[in-house]
Amino acid sequence: MPRLISHLAWFAVAVLGAVALGVVALRRGEAINALWIVVAAMAIYLVAYRYYSLFIATRVMQLDPTRATPAVLNNDGLDFVPTNKHVLFGHHFAAIAGAGPLVGPVLAAQMGYLPGTLWLIAGVVLAGAVQDFMVLFISTRRNARSLGDMVREEMGRIPGTIALFGCFLIMIIILAVLSLIVVKALAHSPWGMFTVIATIPIAMFMGVYMRYLRPGRIGEISVIGVLLLLGSIWLGGAISQDPYWAGVFTFTGEQITWMLVGYGFVAAVLPVWLILAPRDYLSTFLKIGTIVALAIGILILAPELKMPALTQFTDGTGPVWKGALFPFLFITIACGAVSGFHALISSGTTPKLLANETHARYIGYGGMLMESMVAIMAMVAASVIEPGVYFAMNSPPAVVGADVTSVAAAVSNWGFAITPEALEGVARDIGESTILARAGGAPTLAVGIAQILHQVLPGENTMAFWYHFAILFEALFILTAVDAGTRAGRFMLQDLLGTFVPALRRTESWFANVLATGGCVALWGYLLYQGVIDPLGGINTLWPLFGISNQMLAGIALMLCTVVLIKMKRQQYAWVTLLPAAWLLICTTFASLIKLFDANPAVGFLALAHKYEAALAAGQVLAPAKDLGQMQNVIMNAYTNAGLSVLFLVVVFSILLYSLKVGRAAWVRAERSDREMPFQAMPHP
Amino acid sequence: MFNDLSRMGKYLGQAARMLVGMPDYDTYLEHMQSNHPEQTPMSYEAFFRERQDARYGGGKGRPVRCC
Repeated sequence: MPRLISHLAWFAVAVLGAVALGVVALRRGEAINALWIVVAAMAIYLVAYRYYSLFIATRVMQLDPTRATPAVLNNDGLDFVPTNKHVLFGHHFAAIAGAGPLVGPVLAAQMGYLPGTLWLIAGVVLAGAVQDFMVLFISTRRNARSLGDMVREEMGRIPGTIALFGCFLIMIIILAVLSLIVVKALAHSPWGMFTVIATIPIAMFMGVYMRYLRPGRIGEISVIGVLLLLGSIWLGGAISQDPYWAGVFTFTGEQITWMLVGYGFVAAVLPVWLILAPRDYLSTFLKIGTIVALAIGILILAPELKMPALTQFTDGTGPVWKGALFPFLFITIACGAVSGFHALISSGTTPKLLANETHARYIGYGGMLMESMVAIMAMVAASVIEPGVYFAMNSPPAVVGADVTSVAAAVSNWGFAITPEALEGVARDIGESTILARAGGAPTLAVGIAQILHQVLPGENTMAFWYHFAILFEALFILTAVDAGTRAGRFMLQDLLGTFVPALRRTESWFANVLATGGCVALWGYLLYQGVIDPLGGINTLWPLFGISNQMLAGIALMLCTVVLIKMKRQQYAWVTLLPAAWLLICTTFASLIKLFDANPAVGFLALAHKYEAALAAGQVLAPAKDLGQMQNVIMNAYTNAGLSVLFLVVVFSILLYSLKVGRAAWVRAERSDREMPFQAMPHP
Repeated sequence: MFNDLSRMGKYLGQAARMLVGMPDYDTYLEHMQSNHPEQTPMSYEAFFRERQDARYGGGKGRPVRCC
């Protein structure tokens, strides 16, 4: 009887979710409240967690509470520590949540809030959370091995190396695209630039304090650090008002690019306690704090969504990014629905801390649902600002023009009425000289966050403060990612090069270090630079590449999970990972092929290259290039991007071939053939 | 009541440190005491440095975090 009541209660939650989703999806012509989206997502996530993740836990994985986990078996109080599951949930969430789930939905909002919201909800429940949960499970059963190691063990040496190469490529693209977001947000913004530069001395002070003054006191110095940061935002406001100092901190996109590249190289060879670790502490606490504040803000304000449910850009002609709903929506919303990068965190760090196998459901599946909730909030933040402002900020100048009058006219022409005065007014409110050509998602999100926070929190005229707070919060963890990613990329590169020249693998070799770090920085720096000088905006090209690579990694992880399920002779459940894997492969393959071969130069890389080559041969200069040199740039970039797309396809399809081969062999065998660790019972306390 | 509160405070502190990858020092001490009583455990300062280096100092695949 109590069972029945519980099921009935869950049924009520499901109905609530369905009704809310119905309102979100079907009400047209009148603005709906953001809470409908939040309630729909929350109810569906809860039901999915209660039923689908339980099904996966008990039937598919058959989690065993009596089985000792790596944390218990290898407990050393350091790397391997059985950890309280709520504490571990926080750790895991802080590791998976980054800029991705915040930026993707903002970019996807150009099609209206509906397509993105639906994919966030469906994608996380059926693909993203399943991937995180499944990888966490198989890694836990393999002594917390990393994704690359597991691919090598279960599928063979060659696919292992290919997967490692894929991870490296993704790392490079992530670094380039994240840096591009920072450049777009900071160009010609003395206020933003000052606060971001100020984080370096602040982090150094914290580093020295934690190392020498009062070693290991994370709590107190983090509080001091956050106060200093808030002080620097206030000081930045004063600086942007001052004619002399504003000039000192005003830089163009190219200048910031060179600074970032130099910074990336220097920061990656400095000791970790000096900048990386303290800034990571700041960015983590700020990130969690801002997410919580945003959630509370949305709940209190219950804002109305101004963006329509669907815009005319579902046909693929949107200004923010080109391409039709299928497959590009599923590429644009990378994290938040399904993110391959999580497979790297769910294997490796988190399984070393798992106290009991059964916690994997809460941490793997639940943690990803939480991340998706963050993405939903980002979608809300992007949809509560005026659509006219949204398109003015995110459209490249080559499409809408470069001054407020022409931009306002172009955007109004699309049906999103906005006046030049309104655009100037928003720029004034947020303390910037302009809001035009600020693609990349971060500034748009910052306007949304500022709009929500300044209404909830006390203080007059605080919009500009909260805008720069939001920019700083995003720049902080992006810089941490640049710094940490360059280091990680360096090790991956050394590992890869070491396959051919063993001497390069020695991480203590100074020469190998500088070579690998320099190589890594040069690769992402090149992609970043071409994005910054790209007259079409850069985000246009780089974000789809990032999305493709991230979803491709998810595809690889899910293929591995499928192979493992077959090898465990649980093939009747292989569909749990096979279906999302197939969907991701279809999306990434279609997207790569379209990016390669589409006849429209705005979409297809090769068509773009050919168009400019033909013009160059005829001695013409095509807009937006201004001279023959820029023409060469456009052609070169188009071929680079085409080459990257081909590489992705090769990586995905070779892993697919190996999966099919290994999977088929395992399917016909009568007994299990996976490489799980033998069962060891949980010791009794 | 106060016991519960202090336990909750301990968990919160532990959770906050774990957010940035710093495991609990008391847990480490307990572990050393019960399993390796013959070894002297690291001081908190040494423990802190060791963990910080391990998290960020590289080695395979570290540090990883999401986009």
